[in-house]
Amino acid sequence: AAAGLCPYRALLARRGGALRALCGSVRGLAAGPETHFGFQTVTEAERREKIYHVFENVAKKYDVMNDSMTLGVHRLWKDILLHKMNPSPGTLLLDVAGGTGDIAFRFINYVRSARERQLQQKLKHHQNLSWQEISESYQEDKFKSLGDSQVVVCDINKEMLKVGKEKAQHLGYSEGLSWVLGDAEELPFDDDKFDVYTIAFGIRNVTRIDLALQEAYRVLKPGGRFLCLEFSHVSNPLLSRLYDLYSFQVIPVLGEVIAGDWKSYQYLVESIRRFPPQEELKAMIEDAGFFKVDYQNLNSGIVAIHSGFKL
Amino acid sequence: GRACLSHTEPRTRDGRSGEEEEEEGWYQLYPGHIPTSPLQKALLAAGSAFMALYDPYRHDMVAVLGETTGCLALPNLRDKMKHHPEGYRILQERPRIRLSTLDMAKLQGLPDGSLGREYIRFLEDNKVSPDTRMPPKFVDDEELAYVIQRYREVHDLMHTLLGMPTTILGEVVVKWFEAVQTGLPMCVLGAAFGPIHLSARNLQLLATELAPWAIRSGRNASCILNVYYEQRWEQSVASLREEIGIFPPP
Repeated sequence: AAAGLCPYRALLARRGGALRALCGSVRGLAAGPETHFGFQTVTEAERREKIYHVFENVAKKYDVMNDSMTLGVHRLWKDILLHKMNPSPGTLLLDVAGGTGDIAFRFINYVRSARERQLQQKLKHHQNLSWQEISESYQEDKFKSLGDSQVVVCDINKEMLKVGKEKAQHLGYSEGLSWVLGDAEELPFDDDKFDVYTIAFGIRNVTRIDLALQEAYRVLKPGGRFLCLEFSHVSNPLLSRLYDLYSFQVIPVLGEVIAGDWKSYQYLVESIRRFPPQEELKAMIEDAGFFKVDYQNLNSGIVAIHSGFKL
Repeated sequence: GRACLSHTEPRTRDGRSGEEEEEEGWYQLYPGHIPTSPLQKALLAAGSAFMALYDPYRHDMVAVLGETTGCLALPNLRDKMKHHPEGYRILQERPRIRLSTLDMAKLQGLPDGSLGREYIRFLEDNKVSPDTRMPPKFVDDEELAYVIQRYREVHDLMHTLLGMPTTILGEVVVKWFEAVQTGLPMCVLGAAFGPIHLSARNLQLLATELAPWAIRSGRNASCILNVYYEQRWEQSVASLREEIGIFPPP
């Protein structure tokens, strides 16, 4: 049976290949500039649409899939990002492509405990307070448990935001949190507004990374920090092969079994391979005007945190 | 490993050559086809088996299990069809049972006891539709993909001929019948593990009456895929049962 199928398959391939080449050139003439969607070549408009649909489909199972694919390690990566950020109470954070809120919730937890520590320190050093001062401090606690910190979660996808809002309600996050529908390449915010800008596992899905970086620069205050957490390139050859094997053989299967969606997770692993490696991304961030740009590899480069400052 | 349909070159998707045409590594043999490596098929088979048991509402998992484990049974079925005049015609003409291809009004107008009328009654009573059948994705042969698709679409007709509803008990009975008829591992697994979800009373009913009858009928009957059902709507269910060799339900 296999032998009989081979010529048929080869014929299909040749025909398919020629057809694809023809389509490619026709498409190139008709629509906009070409870019990639995983390993396919598409126009920018097509790419945006396809990616929107991917996240529309995966939104409900996004968190479950993240846990399954990374065996929960993505939580550690996000924790490390927050530790690197080390936000103090009063920080204004913009979390772009923040979808289901993982970074935002961690931020709130972080500043809340930082604030508690702050207040405890204050109390320790001021043992002899007058009744006036004591009642004032109680009022402060009531209204500033986050100490004026705020996080704005911005995402281009309605479904992801929906899941994020539901999660926030379910987990009891309400103070200091807002949700905005917006495009990383064209942010609906004023210049010089935010102390920190984060984009966790989102910049890979942006079609014009340069525009997103420019926007990040624009909305950050002078002195503000840019932080990007993203899948990157593994240089160790043995680890790289194991990682590839896992990515291409296991992850789409997980996608099919858990989320009933093979193709979205096939896209995910392909998009990781297409994304610029550490040094290239560093250069792009520098091009947008950021200074002191650096990166930190996590798990030998499976993930990397890039950081830059607007000075 | 399980090299059911031996590929000429399982090219690993290491993703370095993004520029070439054959970026996917394999070729899409039919719309909706997702080419998979033997390892992926094995993982899919295991994962879908687990998930189908864990969450019985995941019908897509049952479908995937059938596709990834059917590599021996499907060619068998296809050959049975090829060597039978009616089955051969079905393979040539590739009829599909879909709401858009069925003349619902005409079928409803047929006399009670006819295949068409009873089929419509079955769809209405159980509130199902032939259009909810999943198209195959992981079968690496275009003709076999049709065979499994035909098997899925004929499943509802099996319910009609066996007189079984779409309750868990009814589905398990049909699975026993199909397991004997087709030899598809998915049917065998479904028949063996489906009863997990049954109550004690139903379990007893299954074990003492229904399963033995289903097995006997399955063995006695000719291949159910060799019947051109679309050309037999007027035939009475009883006569069709007799023709195929299905014993009357208990």
